[in-house]
Amino acid sequence: MLQTLPLVFVLAGLVLYVVLAGADFGAGLWLLLGGRGERGASVREHAHDSMAPVWEANHVWLIFVLTVTWTAYPTFFGSVASTLAVPFFIAALGIILRGASYALRAGTTSPRELRTVDTAFAIASLVTPFALGTVVGGIASQRVPIGNAAGHLFSSWLNPTSILIGTLAVVSSAYLAAVYLAADATRVGDRELEEAFRARALGAGVVAGAAALGGLIVLHGDAHSLFHGLFRGAALGALIASGLAGTATLALVSRRHFEAARYSAALAVASYPTLLPGLSVDGAAAPHDTLVTLVVAVLAGGALLFPSLGLLFSLTLRGRFDPNAEPHTPPTPAQVLRATTGPRFGARLAVAFLIAGVGLLNAASAPWAHAIGVVSLFGFMITAFLEIAPQALAGDS
Amino acid sequence: MSPLAAALAPVHQKYLLQARQMQALSFTVHIPLVAFGIAFPVMVLFVEWLHMRTGDPLYRTLARRWTRLVVALFAVGVITGTILSFEMGLLWPNFTATFGGVFGLGFAIEGFSFFLEAIFIGIYVYGWDRLSPRAHFLSGIPIVITGFTGSLMVISVNAWMNHPGGFRLRGGKVVDINPLKALFGNSYLWSELIHMYIAGYMVVGFLVAGAYAFGRLRGRWGRYERTAMVIPLTIACVAAPVQVLVGDWVARDVAVDQPIKLAAIEGLYKTTNGAPEHVLGWYTDGQVKYGIKIPHLLSLLAFHSYNAKVQGLDTVPASQRPPVNVVRFAFQTMVGIGTLLALLGLIYLVVRIRRRRLPTSAWFYRAVVLAGPAATVALVAGWVTTEVGRQPWVVYKVMPTADAVTGAGGIPVGYATLVVTYIALGFAVAWILRRLARAPLDLASGGPPPHPSSDPATA
Repeated sequence: MLQTLPLVFVLAGLVLYVVLAGADFGAGLWLLLGGRGERGASVREHAHDSMAPVWEANHVWLIFVLTVTWTAYPTFFGSVASTLAVPFFIAALGIILRGASYALRAGTTSPRELRTVDTAFAIASLVTPFALGTVVGGIASQRVPIGNAAGHLFSSWLNPTSILIGTLAVVSSAYLAAVYLAADATRVGDRELEEAFRARALGAGVVAGAAALGGLIVLHGDAHSLFHGLFRGAALGALIASGLAGTATLALVSRRHFEAARYSAALAVASYPTLLPGLSVDGAAAPHDTLVTLVVAVLAGGALLFPSLGLLFSLTLRGRFDPNAEPHTPPTPAQVLRATTGPRFGARLAVAFLIAGVGLLNAASAPWAHAIGVVSLFGFMITAFLEIAPQALAGDS
Repeated sequence: MSPLAAALAPVHQKYLLQARQMQALSFTVHIPLVAFGIAFPVMVLFVEWLHMRTGDPLYRTLARRWTRLVVALFAVGVITGTILSFEMGLLWPNFTATFGGVFGLGFAIEGFSFFLEAIFIGIYVYGWDRLSPRAHFLSGIPIVITGFTGSLMVISVNAWMNHPGGFRLRGGKVVDINPLKALFGNSYLWSELIHMYIAGYMVVGFLVAGAYAFGRLRGRWGRYERTAMVIPLTIACVAAPVQVLVGDWVARDVAVDQPIKLAAIEGLYKTTNGAPEHVLGWYTDGQVKYGIKIPHLLSLLAFHSYNAKVQGLDTVPASQRPPVNVVRFAFQTMVGIGTLLALLGLIYLVVRIRRRRLPTSAWFYRAVVLAGPAATVALVAGWVTTEVGRQPWVVYKVMPTADAVTGAGGIPVGYATLVVTYIALGFAVAWILRRLARAPLDLASGGPPPHPSSDPATA
């Protein structure tokens, strides 16, 4: 039980990464398929704006999956990362390109620059989920033996199952993004954008469904045990749930119930990771104490994380961060800064902190003395900074 | 301790040196961005706080323009940090496979810290004008806290690699793991953490101040520019002298826990009572040539005692010594630059106290322009000292780096690709910083520009 609990965290993290970051990748893809002219520009603008406040937070789910895996299942992680080094590296390059083009977008001034940056972003959004999908495919089709680079450097990820899952990752990202973006377009009240993304959602939904069905044939040929595992137990339930949710999403999108479609689409794609019975973790789990500490850390972290994430998403989904949102005009009471206090009390305090810090940190050697010494030095830095009053100094000259 | 039996069978890797260089490159690119994650939000929040107190639109304009820098640099920091976490598996799978259960927790907690940082940066950046001033200011506080906790977690792992504990080896196997003790019950952690944290303020303070000092030399010197320079400069100038004191603490910890690293730093071949210190020079054949010898200084600095015994490199076989000249050169670079920066800080403080104004000499501002890049060099040199000084071990005296490396082929290809990618990234960052700096200044209202752009951060 304790050995499998972190695996539950990993899968949950994977589901959230697929559903949240997947949509961000998809939004990146629609930058490439935005169309031409002014309309294309507004499609790209919308795709970018919807993702901008959340993509960094969504990206962190990947880091979560990696760190929990290497803490709880270190041998498994070492084996996977060394055998599948190439697709991991390609994904890493895609992540660099994505982050860099996101940062660059804020500095673009001409449509041509914007176009270049958007293309780079779109390519990165295509490459990264595909490469990560091939990693999952390599693990699921049991091509990663335990050992330091014990599997094949190329066939471990250039194989039918890997390519299938890579493709599914890309297609379902595009599909998720189109549904979310249609819902966001409804919120900002842009009918034309809403129609543009409705058409994209329907198209991508059909393609994703077809790819998933066609994928069954690929799995039958390439990963037999994985294929049979799909029709047993929990995987079968997930398979059915995914199919139903996918179909329901198409119906909801075609009837323009985008807000509901947002969740059913997420459900359809969220089932994917649970569909992988081959995605078992080989090799020993970390020892008992590590697992207990990890579980406590994840639960405590989650208690901080989810309310914060909830705040970010509720602000975003309620449209508070939309470009045309009602600005909060701050009342700006003009006050004058109070004159610095008293007869140089701050300066004396700073000197006292400094003397205490040097004495306790540099002359004494006991750990407790060092601790107080460090605190004193921080006290010195803060009081000295306030005493110097840089804002007043800047005004004087 | 018995010799370690790694979790995966170690594989001979022809390109071990390239793997290490690739890791070093990735750190070198990421670490200055970490400095911005640590220190820059504090500066932005201080300026926003000034605006809340005075209502002066100048502070608001400054805070918003700096926010755009925060966005760009955080995005780049996110990706370069992700590369580092990938490399834990891509380059050093056997390190992670063998000790993931010991140190992995540090990164798992760091993951949460990073999560909260990303969430609140999203809220802070997009919340300008959309949240009440108080709520907006408060949404910046978690960014400051997570900047500290993130460093704490990452450095807890690095400190553990340098001074490992919290586990035992039985028959070569890693047993009796206590991850909390490994990460946080480590005397080595605190000095390293505080040293890095203060370095973050020095690097960002001098770099940001340097940009405006450069503007001053070109004649841009309004109240806006003065404010934008004086705030980071004051932080850096207060931090720089304190860093010298903290550095002394770090050196004494190294002297006790990693005597061979200290011997490499000083080029001390034979164990010596009352060991001298050599400034500059080159280590060869067991001694430092062409250096300036200061008798007894090493014993005094390392152990605060005139005749203390300092262990030499000859106490371990040659195969267990780090490359002495790399470590020495990096250390002396760090200390040399750090001393000059502390002097610059003292000059600023003395002028402030004596004359109650900013320095007026153009030379002072030329020095501030140089101080930013110099502080960055010192930061990297410090990390080179501690990381190369740890060699040939990845986990000090427990696991050799050669046992940790991947058996996968293609390291030179990956390394070359990463070099090209990071050069391109460097140009991209330089481009965006220039663009952001050239955006016209709107001092009148401090509010959004007349034509709101699609990106709320670009107001």
